[in-house]
Amino acid sequence: MADDAPPPQAATVSRWISILRIALPIAMLLLAVAAWWLIVWVKEIPPYIMPAPNLVARSLVNDWPTLYPALLVTVKITFTALALALIGGVALAIVISQSSWIELALYPYAVILQVTPIVAIAPLILIYAPSTQTALLICAFLVAFFPILSNMTQGLKSVDHNLLNLYELYGASRLQTLLLLKLPASQPYFLTGLRIGGGLALIAAVVAEFAAGTAGEGSGLAFRLLESQYRMNLPRLFAALIMLTGTGIAIFGLTSLISHLMLRRWHQSAVTREN
Amino acid sequence: MTPIAPAGSTASQSTDISGSGFDEAESASQRPVVCLQSISKVFSNGTLALQDMSLDVRQREFVSLLGPSGCGKSTALRIIAGLGAPTSGNVDWPQSGTDRKPQNAIGFVFQEPTLMPWATVFDNVRLPLRLAGQSKRQSRERVMEALESVGLEDFARAYPRELSGGMKMRVSIARALVPRPQLLLMDEPFAALDEITRFKLNNDILRLKEKYGWTVIFVTHSVFESVYLSSRIVVMAARPGRVIKEVTVDAPVARDESFRTSAQYAAYCRTTSEALHDAISASHRDMA
Repeated sequence: MADDAPPPQAATVSRWISILRIALPIAMLLLAVAAWWLIVWVKEIPPYIMPAPNLVARSLVNDWPTLYPALLVTVKITFTALALALIGGVALAIVISQSSWIELALYPYAVILQVTPIVAIAPLILIYAPSTQTALLICAFLVAFFPILSNMTQGLKSVDHNLLNLYELYGASRLQTLLLLKLPASQPYFLTGLRIGGGLALIAAVVAEFAAGTAGEGSGLAFRLLESQYRMNLPRLFAALIMLTGTGIAIFGLTSLISHLMLRRWHQSAVTREN
Repeated sequence: MTPIAPAGSTASQSTDISGSGFDEAESASQRPVVCLQSISKVFSNGTLALQDMSLDVRQREFVSLLGPSGCGKSTALRIIAGLGAPTSGNVDWPQSGTDRKPQNAIGFVFQEPTLMPWATVFDNVRLPLRLAGQSKRQSRERVMEALESVGLEDFARAYPRELSGGMKMRVSIARALVPRPQLLLMDEPFAALDEITRFKLNNDILRLKEKYGWTVIFVTHSVFESVYLSSRIVVMAARPGRVIKEVTVDAPVARDESFRTSAQYAAYCRTTSEALHDAISASHRDMA
């Protein structure tokens, strides 16, 4: 059994480690920003080539009324696409895992969709989709869908054979085997798919918007980024970039948190090694 | 050594105290629990895993299948469990009156504990009852009783990763006994454990067998384990898998550590070792 009460010394050490765990990345970030500032200042780089951090920060505040609605558009597309990819990916994986014939029939198309660069099919999707927003959604969905599908399929197939035998021995129905054995067993695979898919959904939403180039009311952060580039408004470009990165980090954090909560009780990956 | 049915003699020794119900129990125990009739199994790659194996297992018998790897002992066990059909031959269940295996009458213990890592010990043990449609409340009592009988009642809420190898195996045994099976099939259950744990679990199995009146078919490659546990040892050879010899261990059913050091035990170990040696020489080594 795990030792529940570590000696006081170990407790102090572990507290220091947990402080360092947060402090170290923050210190690195501050150092990098300071270096950025220093280089811009020493080399006297003009703001339309490389703005100093304070200019970017000011732009982040001043341009907030423009950038924030754009962020909301991008986030909405990303999360809607991710949700659809989760539902579609898991559902198709379950269907595929029921029969190797269905897998044979459907899987190649999933692969074709995955290997075709999204930028290359974006123009087509833009033509066929009823609105630009829908087109962006479809693009983001297509990219996020495959990692979830392939991981989930792998997970459903990787169930311990002895456990499958055990379920068969006790006369489990297909539904019982799916709900009580295959789905729980594929949780780690599902979560890997979720983490990859979450990151890709954001990337695809941005790339698709680059391809679509929508302007006006419903435009997302990617368009604001392009627009800033055309206008040589580099501080705003950097501000938009920081917001996109922040969104990406938030998605990563969220999916990691979900993963941790789902696996912490039982899976090796979530358990600290005790030796 | 000629195979004689030990079930009658050993059962009568252990059920003597039961008094008036004795005759009835005796006649029921005369009918085998399961009969293998000329079972053969050919795998899809053409390997003849099992050739013409026949075996009757009577009530309350402890039969060990002993042999080198590849002799088909695990295959035979899986066929009895209904996991994969024989290529030819029949598995008969005389006591159920049909050729179908009685529902929930079989418990199976694998070589690995085969627990669901995402479920607590309680939920792992509850699995057979849950699959049979029983609610958590209905099954609580029986699950806790099963856990108590393997000494793990305090670990109901633990997860498998928090347990030692021996404890995991106990959970696996508790899960096998929770549907109250007549027949317990064990596929080298203790092969991966250290000797001290194995001895302890050997004694647990003997104790539980007496308590619940199990019939056990036990696959092993250990001569000592098979002699310690069994009333009958079926020695098998490989390539093709077949029965070479049967050794009846005519020793009291209630055994303890003192049996391990007795002259009788040593004599049976020698006999069984010789039989196993014959089996190994009879296995076609050129195909190994």
